[in-house]
Amino acid sequence: MSTKPDHFDEMRVGDDGVRAPYDGYKAWYDEQPPGRFARKSKEAEAFFRRTGITFNVYGQVAAQERLIPFDLVPRIISSREWTKLSKGIEQRVRAINAFLHDIYNRQEILRAGRIPIDLIARNAAFLPQMMGFSPPGDVYTHIVGTDIVRTGEDDFFVLEDNARTPSGVSYMLENRETMLQMFPELFSRIKVQPVSDYPKNLRRSLAASAPKSCGGKPVIAVLTPGIYNSAYYEHSFLADQMGAELVEGHDLRVVDGHIAMRTTRGYKQIDVLYRRVDDEYLDPLTFNPKSMLGVPGIMDVYRAGNITIANAPGTGVSDDKAIYSYMPDIVQFYTGEKAILKNVETFRCGEPDSLKYVLDNLADLVVKEVHGSGGYGMLVGPAASKKELADFADKLRARPGNYIAQPTLSLSTVPIFVKKGLAPRHVDLRPYVLVSPEGINITPGGLTRVALTEGSLVVNSSQGGGTKDTWVLED
Amino acid sequence: MDLRITHTTRYDYDQPVGYALQRLRLRPPSNGMQTVQDWTVTVTGGVIELTCADHHGNVMDLVNTTRGSSDLVITASGTVTTHDKAGVLGKVYGAAPLWHFEQASPLTEPSRGIRTLAKPLKVSTNLLADLHTLSATILSAVPYATGQTYMETTAEEALAGAVGVCQDHAHIMIATARVAGLPARYVSGYLMMDDRVDQDASHAWAEVHLPTLGWVGFDVSNGISPDTRYVRLAVGRDARDAAPVQGLRMGPGDESLIVTLQVQQ
Repeated sequence: MSTKPDHFDEMRVGDDGVRAPYDGYKAWYDEQPPGRFARKSKEAEAFFRRTGITFNVYGQVAAQERLIPFDLVPRIISSREWTKLSKGIEQRVRAINAFLHDIYNRQEILRAGRIPIDLIARNAAFLPQMMGFSPPGDVYTHIVGTDIVRTGEDDFFVLEDNARTPSGVSYMLENRETMLQMFPELFSRIKVQPVSDYPKNLRRSLAASAPKSCGGKPVIAVLTPGIYNSAYYEHSFLADQMGAELVEGHDLRVVDGHIAMRTTRGYKQIDVLYRRVDDEYLDPLTFNPKSMLGVPGIMDVYRAGNITIANAPGTGVSDDKAIYSYMPDIVQFYTGEKAILKNVETFRCGEPDSLKYVLDNLADLVVKEVHGSGGYGMLVGPAASKKELADFADKLRARPGNYIAQPTLSLSTVPIFVKKGLAPRHVDLRPYVLVSPEGINITPGGLTRVALTEGSLVVNSSQGGGTKDTWVLED
Repeated sequence: MDLRITHTTRYDYDQPVGYALQRLRLRPPSNGMQTVQDWTVTVTGGVIELTCADHHGNVMDLVNTTRGSSDLVITASGTVTTHDKAGVLGKVYGAAPLWHFEQASPLTEPSRGIRTLAKPLKVSTNLLADLHTLSATILSAVPYATGQTYMETTAEEALAGAVGVCQDHAHIMIATARVAGLPARYVSGYLMMDDRVDQDASHAWAEVHLPTLGWVGFDVSNGISPDTRYVRLAVGRDARDAAPVQGLRMGPGDESLIVTLQVQQ
């Protein structure tokens, strides 16, 4: 394996040294008999098929449902690196919750002129219906998946703050479970911080966020759009793992001023709803009247203080890509501290100077839709053809405010296992963060996504990315 | 002036109801223009599940129709003392900031016609006078006529169709004021017409925010600013936000709606 000099490989230093966090693993790897890894790789795939984790890929008719490829080589982070990272994430998530409370109430940050009013007023993710209301415990983002990339020994950047309904945590759990099954001896040799208590922590965190009016043990339910949703597996998995009800909109009604689910023994009150239905579809009486996925009247029940909705409606105003560019200011404004984690330099194409720069340098930039996700509708300049660049330039000129652009980062690589052995591939990291009135809990590690194609920078599972187990070492 | 109001909304269903919710904004606030002496909202054929405030500060009741009901009757009644403020509510603000009322809403998207109406306002040196002129211009362009427009008719459609009711007039006024950069909102409420006890329908008008006076009301349909014969119920960016009754029913069948309104001194 050789590492290109233009990016940081997390396993190797130069051509022969191994970075300290990988010492133990590399020693173990070198002891493995030839062929064992290839066999294990097949076993892992069979394991995933049995557990049934699949993923719907939009826009690919031939492969509507398929496995997300799993790579056997773990991504390893030292305890020291993690401490710094998790401090930075916690700071950012605290700021996001303070920002959301402010935006939907006093709007000090707008009065102070720190971010332009239009960015909120004309933001499709801003929900006026959330104004003048504080959710239970002032928590807006009960679950956050902060996307982080690395470019050097001490260079971590936040790529996106996923504050709506971040998915993928089931892969984090299944990946670890698979590794424990495949290589039990590895985990007795190397001490890795566990992730398996995530469902328990999620349950505790949601229960702690229940409305004050809830007497006794809060009833938690997971609201899913149903079996045709690409993440249905995860919804049922999480409900099962935390011992919560799995419900769809048509199971729920307003009963005695609360949301209740139909059971064989009548209606059962729900105190905390972990909803995996987007804002627009959440309440047909308040938002899209055509929605069949939501719960009519839930916003009234919410404003009456009789249910917790996780995440709160309207959190998208904190994680769109235009707000992202202001995140260092937002962190400073609400915490009084400098942001620990760096932001990627971001050009807001709605600003004429930025648009000109972006059009002049399109081939070197990554351009994303302000409200896009999953790698859909984005342009990776260095990988695009001349025609793709020209077509995208037209789109940019037509609706500049819809786009932001960022320099192409040289993402770090971690090796994956291929026929010839280990080969470097680009990765990102999505740690999962739980927020409740009791505090912030971050599961050590998270989901590492890996671009399986050599040289590719797009790690999204919908665009052919895979995943890896992510280790945070014990001290 | 003391106004006694009885507002009854009756739904008749041709099949027993499975599940239906009604969201009411039927509780008038007390403010500088009116003092609520007594007020009750009662429901037969359903129950009030909860009462809460929306983001505009309107007090809402969520009503659940009793399963199997063939009708639902909602009665809001009480006495409100009104004060003559020449239509000026003033600098009274809730949780929603002024910029919220500068944004277009689904029923008040500006069209070319509305932009044309807004031109004099943009260069106005006397906003109050020019808003009254605008109100008169809207009424002559869109004479009052019932049955030609609907709950979901937009400002643009009403202007193009050249007829409308109070809701349409308010929407055009609001959309035009917003094009000129003025915060504007929709007010639903009651109007006591002098010559009768049984009133035709609940009423609606526009409110525009002026830097000098704060919120000022304009009843385009009647060519005046609200006086002591007007009672406010709810406000919002357009009629959807301030609807006195808004419902959703699941299951088959049809419903018919009868609204009766008595306002008297």
